[in-house]
Amino acid sequence: MDLSSINPILLLASLMVAATPLLLAAVGELVVEKAGVLNLGVEGMMITGAICGFAIAVNTGNPLLGVLAAAAGGAVLSLLFALLTQVALANQVASGLGLTLFGLGLSALIGQGYQGIRPPSFPRLNIPGLSDMPVLGRILFSHDLMVYLGLIIVTAVWFMLKYTRAGLILRAVGENHEAAHALGYKVVRIRMMAILFGGACAGMGGAYISLIRVPQWTEGMTAGIGWIALALVVFASWKPWRVLLGAYLFGGVTVIQLNLQAAGVAIPVEYLAMSPYLITILVLVIMSADKSSAPASLGRIFHASR
Amino acid sequence: MTAPVLSIKGLTKAYPGVVANSDVSFEVMKGEVHALLGENGAGKSTLVKMIYGLVKPDHGTMIFQGKAYAPAEPRAARAAGVAMVFQHFSLFDALNVAENIALGMEHPPRLADLAGRIREVSETYGLPLDPFRTVGDLSAGERQRVEIIRCLLQDPRLLIMDEPTSVLTPQEVEILFQTLRKLTAEGVAILYISHKLEEIRTLCDTATILRLGKKVATCTPADTTARALAEMMVGTVLHTPERSGRALGDVALELSGLSVRSPSAFGCSLKDISLEVRQGEVLGLGGVAGNGQDELLGALSGELRSGPDMVKMHGRAVGMLGPMERRRIGLLCAPEERLGHAAAPDMSLTENAMLTGSLRERLERRGFLDWGRARGFAEAIIQRFDVRTPGPGNAARSLSGGNLQKFVIGREVMQRPEVLVVNQPTWGVDASAAAAIRQALLDLAAGGTAVVVISQDLDELMEIADRFGALNEGRLSRIRPTSELNIEEIGLMMGGAHDMEVAHV
Repeated sequence: MDLSSINPILLLASLMVAATPLLLAAVGELVVEKAGVLNLGVEGMMITGAICGFAIAVNTGNPLLGVLAAAAGGAVLSLLFALLTQVALANQVASGLGLTLFGLGLSALIGQGYQGIRPPSFPRLNIPGLSDMPVLGRILFSHDLMVYLGLIIVTAVWFMLKYTRAGLILRAVGENHEAAHALGYKVVRIRMMAILFGGACAGMGGAYISLIRVPQWTEGMTAGIGWIALALVVFASWKPWRVLLGAYLFGGVTVIQLNLQAAGVAIPVEYLAMSPYLITILVLVIMSADKSSAPASLGRIFHASR
Repeated sequence: MTAPVLSIKGLTKAYPGVVANSDVSFEVMKGEVHALLGENGAGKSTLVKMIYGLVKPDHGTMIFQGKAYAPAEPRAARAAGVAMVFQHFSLFDALNVAENIALGMEHPPRLADLAGRIREVSETYGLPLDPFRTVGDLSAGERQRVEIIRCLLQDPRLLIMDEPTSVLTPQEVEILFQTLRKLTAEGVAILYISHKLEEIRTLCDTATILRLGKKVATCTPADTTARALAEMMVGTVLHTPERSGRALGDVALELSGLSVRSPSAFGCSLKDISLEVRQGEVLGLGGVAGNGQDELLGALSGELRSGPDMVKMHGRAVGMLGPMERRRIGLLCAPEERLGHAAAPDMSLTENAMLTGSLRERLERRGFLDWGRARGFAEAIIQRFDVRTPGPGNAARSLSGGNLQKFVIGREVMQRPEVLVVNQPTWGVDASAAAAIRQALLDLAAGGTAVVVISQDLDELMEIADRFGALNEGRLSRIRPTSELNIEEIGLMMGGAHDMEVAHV
């Protein structure tokens, strides 16, 4: 065992990278659930985004186009869910589970022939001055664009929910859809938009894995991050900053356990591999002990006739 | 008071299988309080929904302030100057007062400015309210203030109020009436829907009466007796429940020091409740909604367990028993919420009859369900309580509120209970059905059953209860015979039961 081989600066830097897919997917799902919709299809939308982004990036040679395609792919898949649950009034749990299974199959189909290819590498941001700072520059300021995009989205979501009218209406729809309807708000339209936003975020989270984190395409490569994102939203009590904290905690423990594995610590690999999941959930469960509750209309089907 | 603010001509709206409104015409004058009266299903709600833009009429026209008026959505209605306070409050529990009000406005100012305006309006109209409190923590009266202030901030010319007093204490009703009079003095017209005829007689200038979707009369309520108004609504002669003299038997139900924590975050825990009900006695429990009524019903039905000795039936400790065991020994309950608590909405009446009646009506045989007998039981309820439905195979959800209420009360009454506990037995039920339900409760008591009626309708409690107590924040006031109480004393008991207790000590 050689713990001195672990470089704390690199560790902190890679923490942000490891957390980004989870962060993107979870913040998207947070918006969806705040609007009162439970979309269990996050995993399916992520993996679909991962392959869409990968295929477009490989074919065009432009990773940024790939990210856009991933967002579009996730959104299109979530549109299916939106139509099923908001227009056809199907059960949200069943539709979401179906969406995950469908997304896993669809991505495997599209991914035929993309295995073993390396995608074009993603430009790493180099901010003159900031990136050259000792220690901090390496940890905070020399990542790819997507890491910062994730942070920007979390901040924007927090600001929108807390300070804007659009956010207030979104929360109102999730809290009591009948009352929102009686006041004249378009419940179904608002929920559709929230679902599409959630799909786009999940798609980008998936693309981050296939284009930057790994970077290559293998079937089922999201490996349950979508499910963790769903749990994260609940344990974070539907609060954006807690989602950020939970995602970084998860990323941090993931990175540490990988380093520990590499350093040959005498703990069975299986325990190390499960540790990020356990620790993240444990911490968030303790934090969610306060009484903040789910949006009151979460998962309930809305029909305007009543 | 000369120009009509709103005139309605020949409004008609049909739903598949039922005509909700047929050729309804009337006028609401500037500065008047105009009552809209009718039984359940008479079409009052549909009519105001058309005025508020939630429902589109099939035929007919409306003129609002001299201009043709056909709102496509509530937003258009609000922009034109029509505001509405809903019967079931359209509020968001998890948001604060200012946020709730902002949601009802077209162009809300910044929250800080809005809070200032809320304080201003609430002081002008005598409706104190803190803009930053979470709505889930407010009392029913305060919640209604939120709705009213939301409407007032839009400076409406016509204010629609759908059963605004059903959840208020008499004192709160008085405050509301003062506010409404202040508004009419400023020229605002008010369209007021209520079941409470005495209220309409004191408050309203004109009344339009609907029956089965048609207008049957327009009158001046102050010149008409409450009985005449009720008979116009129903179309037949009403009979008042009769109390026959009866001898009280032994103590059937006894609560001693009952304390139960509320299972819900916004609920109200019960604190040290003690009472006795004798065979043949009707005990009325009043109180503003949310002061422990649901919890008390839960503690009596067995949904909430307590210490064994806290609830006793015929001297036997039953506090630890669940609902089924309590039913077996004759302690039956009919909760307030019809759909979802008293009845399973998507199940048929036969199935709903099976759900509570299987034990006492022997609808089960060696663990197998006897659907024939269940159907017979449901049919018997339907016949005896005049439940209007095509048959027992219909889903509970398809019945109107009053009819379903007759069914769920009837279902318990027909099981010959030793003790019957009902919560809001006539809530949202029209005059004739309410009279029938009250009569059934009195008949049951005459047969020796101990009846506990939890209700917010004080007239109802005065009419049928022998003794009265009030719940306030989970505590029970002293219980007094109704014959020695008047409505003001009851209001005081409801508003501050424990202040009075302190005074007695």
